[in-house]
Amino acid sequence: MSEAHSGRIHIAHQFESSDQQHEAGTLGIWIFLATEVMFFGGLFTGYALDRWLYYPAFAAASRILDIRLGAINTAVLLTSSFTMALSVRAAQTAKRGALALLLILTMLLGAVFLGIKGFEYYQKFVEHVVPSLDFAPQGEVLARLAPGGLGHAQLFFCFYFFMTGLHALHMIVGLGLLFVLLLRALGSEFNAGYYAPVEVTGLYWHFVDIIWIFLFPLLYLIGGRF
Amino acid sequence: MSTATTVAPEPRAATPLNYLNVEYGWRSWLFTKDHKRIALLYLISITFYFFIGGAFAVLMRIHLIDPQGALVQPETYNKLFTMHGIIMIFFFLIPSIPSVLGNFLVPLMIGARDLAFPRLNLLSWYIYMLGGAFTMYSVIHGGVDTGWTFYTPYSSTYANSQVIPAALGIFITGFSSILTGLNFIVTIHKMRAPGMTWFRMPLFLWSMYATSIIFVLGTPVLAIALFLLFLERVFQVGIFTPALGGDPLLFQHLFWFYSHPAVYIMILPAMGVISEIVPCFSRKRIFGYKVIGFSSVAIAVLSFLVWGHHMFVTGQSIYTGLVFSALSFMVAIPSAIKVFNWTATLYKGSISYDAPMLYALGFIGLFTMGGLTGLFLASLSTDVQLNGTYFIVAHFHYIMVGGAVMGYLGGMHYWWPKISGRLYPEIWARLAAAIIFVGFNLTFFPQFMLGYLGMPRRYAFYPAEFQFLNVMSSAGASILGVGYLIPLIYFAWSMRYGPIAGPNPWGATGLEWQTPSPPPKDNFEQPPAVADEAYDYAHQEVGLV
Ligand SMILES: [Cu+2]
Repeated sequence: MSEAHSGRIHIAHQFESSDQQHEAGTLGIWIFLATEVMFFGGLFTGYALDRWLYYPAFAAASRILDIRLGAINTAVLLTSSFTMALSVRAAQTAKRGALALLLILTMLLGAVFLGIKGFEYYQKFVEHVVPSLDFAPQGEVLARLAPGGLGHAQLFFCFYFFMTGLHALHMIVGLGLLFVLLLRALGSEFNAGYYAPVEVTGLYWHFVDIIWIFLFPLLYLIGGRF
Repeated sequence: MSTATTVAPEPRAATPLNYLNVEYGWRSWLFTKDHKRIALLYLISITFYFFIGGAFAVLMRIHLIDPQGALVQPETYNKLFTMHGIIMIFFFLIPSIPSVLGNFLVPLMIGARDLAFPRLNLLSWYIYMLGGAFTMYSVIHGGVDTGWTFYTPYSSTYANSQVIPAALGIFITGFSSILTGLNFIVTIHKMRAPGMTWFRMPLFLWSMYATSIIFVLGTPVLAIALFLLFLERVFQVGIFTPALGGDPLLFQHLFWFYSHPAVYIMILPAMGVISEIVPCFSRKRIFGYKVIGFSSVAIAVLSFLVWGHHMFVTGQSIYTGLVFSALSFMVAIPSAIKVFNWTATLYKGSISYDAPMLYALGFIGLFTMGGLTGLFLASLSTDVQLNGTYFIVAHFHYIMVGGAVMGYLGGMHYWWPKISGRLYPEIWARLAAAIIFVGFNLTFFPQFMLGYLGMPRRYAFYPAEFQFLNVMSSAGASILGVGYLIPLIYFAWSMRYGPIAGPNPWGATGLEWQTPSPPPKDNFEQPPAVADEAYDYAHQEVGLV
């Protein structure tokens, strides 16, 4: 209780101590992430089933994806996880400037990821492999997709857009959270006794990163390129 | 215990401040972060949906009085049973005990000032209302006719009704369950009062904990199934629809992966309520505390491993069927453990038959019947025969109405003095409990017989030889309907005219009874501490504390 009255630590009325508040917040985000795992897990299950049923089509369609852009994005996102981890450290040690800089870097890397992702989506429109809206591949793309069956190739692109789209949505939410953190960091809100929001947002950010670590091989690498 | 009903109303001097009178005005309710007020918001909302869903059931039972169908067109009949199922399951049964009683009681029972995340708690109610709005939109604009299961291709290729808003409504409401579950888990882990160890917690909390696990891990899978269904409908791509290259069994797997555990979302909280009521009205320590607690967790874990028993006749492999059958039988073990323990608690207890106890005893009997008939359906060969008949309808209504609703009503009566600060009229309550018990059995027991004789479910017509049993069932439904209206009236009446309850009208153990009724805004005047096990009735003076 003594901490409740010291410094700028804000303790909500339902908690007894800042420790209790911190632990509740951390446990809460872990449970939320468990929910998210089950959410994406359902999608992965559906994808795995259809990949097993229609392997030739899925492999052919996977080879249409731009593996270099996917690999670059993986690197970008992993780096952003690194800067995020460093910002938790900076918050703990109350280094305001470093924290702000690292948060901005994390957001920049997240934005780069989304930009590259957007460019990939654009490519899909150019190649006419957007399910339902514009699925009429021509020329070389058609030649590569046709042997596996166009219908099932379309199914692959359905999953591609659902899964990466949902992931991108999580990234956008994450960028919003980081922006709020940045404002609070500039107001010197965080210190060794109170850095839970940075830690919790960090856990979320790492989770989004891990989802991508699964998406990348599932979508880009299953085509048997190597 | 009968002394409880004879407490004279005290003269109302200066009423002490409590959560109900500390603030007034609609803002103080719609923006409240107090778990007790949010519980009441939920209470009002789910009561509304209960009577909407009930109205659909009444229309169905009227229709089925005549073998040719007395009331509506077959298409409308399809919509009636679908809307009844959707509203009762997703908007009444699933939130009922957790969101009303759980919300109210979890912090009180562990001695906390509130749930860990009060704002998320309020958000969960708004999400629930938003989901409800979508579903009501689909009701008003023609309803849904897919059955509450949304099986593809009923809900895709052959959908001719408001599938999208209804599915979206359920999708959205799911997030309110997730937030409630998350809140409960964190609260139970981190906010217990000094001395409140895991094995001193009331068993209601163990069941809330087990339910929350299912909320958190099961609901997202339903969400993704409905989300994919939604995308399939909007973009016309094949995920579940065979004509477009999809797999309808995938939908069923994802759907039942949530919806079987959802049955335990409905029954586990009711079991928790019964574990509170039975020792209190037997004046005995509960028999086998730890076993009951762990059996709740065992049910939650097993619930995720048995979904295939809904798909014995869908063409899944015989070996899969065998495994799912064996696992389904295993659920009977923790369920039976609970029933045996409640019964053993009753043994040589000094039992009083106040209304909560009537509901609890009703629960034990009806749940046992529902559970045992479940074994018929867990066996492969009998399931092939009974699947898709009224036997199933009767079975799950014994669990969900005979079990979950009885538990909910028992809990509402038991904690009503705490919630409102007033006593309900005991005579009327006992009468209502008896009417509900009789009406329920008259409604659903004939349906066991109908199913056994081969009457299929979900048809608007039936052969004339089944009429007698159908009329019995419809007659029972009208009695049941009256039984449900009576508590609505006397609860409302008692809020103004009921005798003052005092902190502990039942002479019950538990922290929630050690604070005034209704509790103050922060629940306890002094921070509570716990030194004893739960249900220490042996060392307690019988009567008022
Ligand atoms: Cu089941």
